[in-house]
Amino acid sequence: MKAPDLLELALRNLREARLRNALTTLGIAVGVASLVAMLSLGVGLQELVGQRLDRSGLFDSIVVYPRRDGRGFERADARADGESESLRLLTPEIRRQMESLPNVAEVFPEVRFSTQVRWQDTTRFTSVAGLPFSARSNEAFDDMLGHFFSSPEAEEAILELDFAQELTPQPESLVGQTVVLRYAERQPLGTDGNADQWGFTVQRREKMLRVVGIVRQQPFGGWRNFARGELFIPTALAERLNTLQFSTVREAVRAETAGETYGSLIVRVSNPARVREVQQAIRQMGLATYSILDATQSLRRFFIIVDLFLGIFGSLALAVASLGIVNTLVMAILERRREIGIMKALGASDGDVKRLFFAEAGVMGLLGGLVGVLLAAGIGAAINFGTGYYLQRQELPPESVSSLPFWLGSSAIVFSILVSLVAGIYPAARAARLDPVEALRYE
Amino acid sequence: MTENSNIIRTEDLARYYRMGPSVIRAVDGVSLEIARGEFVALLGSSGSGKSTLLNLLAGLDRPTRGRIQVAGRDLSTLSREELAAYRRHQVGMVFQAFNLVPRMTLEENVELPLRFAEVERSERTQRVQQALARVGLLHRLGHRPSELSGGEQQRAALARALVNRPSILLADEPTGNLDSRTGEEILNLIAEWNRTLGMTVVLVTHERPLAERYAQRILQMADGKLVTNGRAQ
Repeated sequence: MKAPDLLELALRNLREARLRNALTTLGIAVGVASLVAMLSLGVGLQELVGQRLDRSGLFDSIVVYPRRDGRGFERADARADGESESLRLLTPEIRRQMESLPNVAEVFPEVRFSTQVRWQDTTRFTSVAGLPFSARSNEAFDDMLGHFFSSPEAEEAILELDFAQELTPQPESLVGQTVVLRYAERQPLGTDGNADQWGFTVQRREKMLRVVGIVRQQPFGGWRNFARGELFIPTALAERLNTLQFSTVREAVRAETAGETYGSLIVRVSNPARVREVQQAIRQMGLATYSILDATQSLRRFFIIVDLFLGIFGSLALAVASLGIVNTLVMAILERRREIGIMKALGASDGDVKRLFFAEAGVMGLLGGLVGVLLAAGIGAAINFGTGYYLQRQELPPESVSSLPFWLGSSAIVFSILVSLVAGIYPAARAARLDPVEALRYE
Repeated sequence: MTENSNIIRTEDLARYYRMGPSVIRAVDGVSLEIARGEFVALLGSSGSGKSTLLNLLAGLDRPTRGRIQVAGRDLSTLSREELAAYRRHQVGMVFQAFNLVPRMTLEENVELPLRFAEVERSERTQRVQQALARVGLLHRLGHRPSELSGGEQQRAALARALVNRPSILLADEPTGNLDSRTGEEILNLIAEWNRTLGMTVVLVTHERPLAERYAQRILQMADGKLVTNGRAQ
């Protein structure tokens, strides 16, 4: 029998015992719904945490050090394959090379220095940190007062709330005001290429900065920035200021130093999945690197286990529903015994009969899957509404904890059809085996 | 030469059933030949084995022993799949109980064999209408069997048996559930097809007068064996 005929007959048969088939299909739908709702929750939580992590900047950043840097995290590595190699310094040339590597979004130095900030007649000593313009998507700025830097080199500042409170009891009034940053500018001495003559002078400078925002949490511009900054300026501006930094003095006494170098550079990778490749490429340039890739891997493993458990519990209902299919189809065989006999007498092969029952199981699986996914979407929406309401009452921003992506919905429907077909194996085989003479003998 | 003129040929054909400790010899060593285009009646009382013989000819059942050749093929050597194809293309069947599918309309019932034979949809409609017109039920196309009289149901069953243009029609007590006048109508139709379409007919019945009136030859069965094999008067 051809497929369209098969499907037509199957649908016709399903319409006959309407209530029973509808109930069986509903059973599958509930099974699929419970499975999908569970997995939606798993996926939703994973996305929630994943977004947080991606936006934290922890996982798309690689910190690069000069080789054999005492502070490096890769000392064992460095010792193993480069003992006699001379120190690779982080020069502007190396920085340009890293910028041109594939998948690298940006390379920026970590700029941090301590200095004095003045507002009206209040003066405070504080630490200043550079923030790359790309940090504007960092979640720390979600609930900031004011706004992020208007451009990558804007002469603007963002204050940390505690520090702003030190300047004035009404920190919000600072937004739009101008603060004065006093800093130490370094100017390299002319060396005529003689490394031993290299050095610099230091001069006091002032810079007027407009306060554009105040943050509650510590933003994250690169993973080493754990040390708190209290006042943030755009990294590009910070570089231009050419300030004296903590590391500058050490660089100055290094024998190899002959010109501008960086203590460390942060490489931001365009796609977190490419971190390992980029890290490899930078190591091949003879530099030491560090990223928190391994931490995400154990986190992903954790979520796979969570999904697995949610999936197992969700599948139980579907397994019960599949027994319903077996039951319904076996009943149908008993009822339609004579009809199967007639079909065989009219020339239906065993295969035709088997496929007909399979088609009926498959159609119930398809319908059950569709209804089930819709139900699951409803359950997910209810969960999100519930948690949103709860979070709102706790004065927290709403989050969606349940997520039903297209792939989950469509594979649930495919899964539902497969489970139904498996449930149909026994009834279909039994119907196909039915002896037509027996089936036709009795009224 | 027998291969050409005889469409059906059995040799020492037997079908035994096991029923608990005893063995029922439903068909026990039947050898017969039926010529192409012949109208043969299988006459016998109930339990004589005539229906079992018919089921063997239809390829619905397999012999315990012996050979059964139809159109030059030995049915006992065919696979289940091949037997189904044989039923689909060579054989049309009608039963005492009509055996229409009750939840399908007449049109759907008659269309069923065409679906199994994978006939194109466009051709199907035409052939269904032709077959129903032949039995005078074209106006009942959309009715369900329960809405029809017994005679009409059996005519629909005949249309269904005819629709695949089989070379053999096997009829198992087709008039058993009908009054005598309606029964005659049915047999007249069968006899007409035997004449005009050259269809070989094997009619199972326990009514000798009917057999004598319609069949060219009567095979009488008792206890699974043929007792006479002669011309009808």
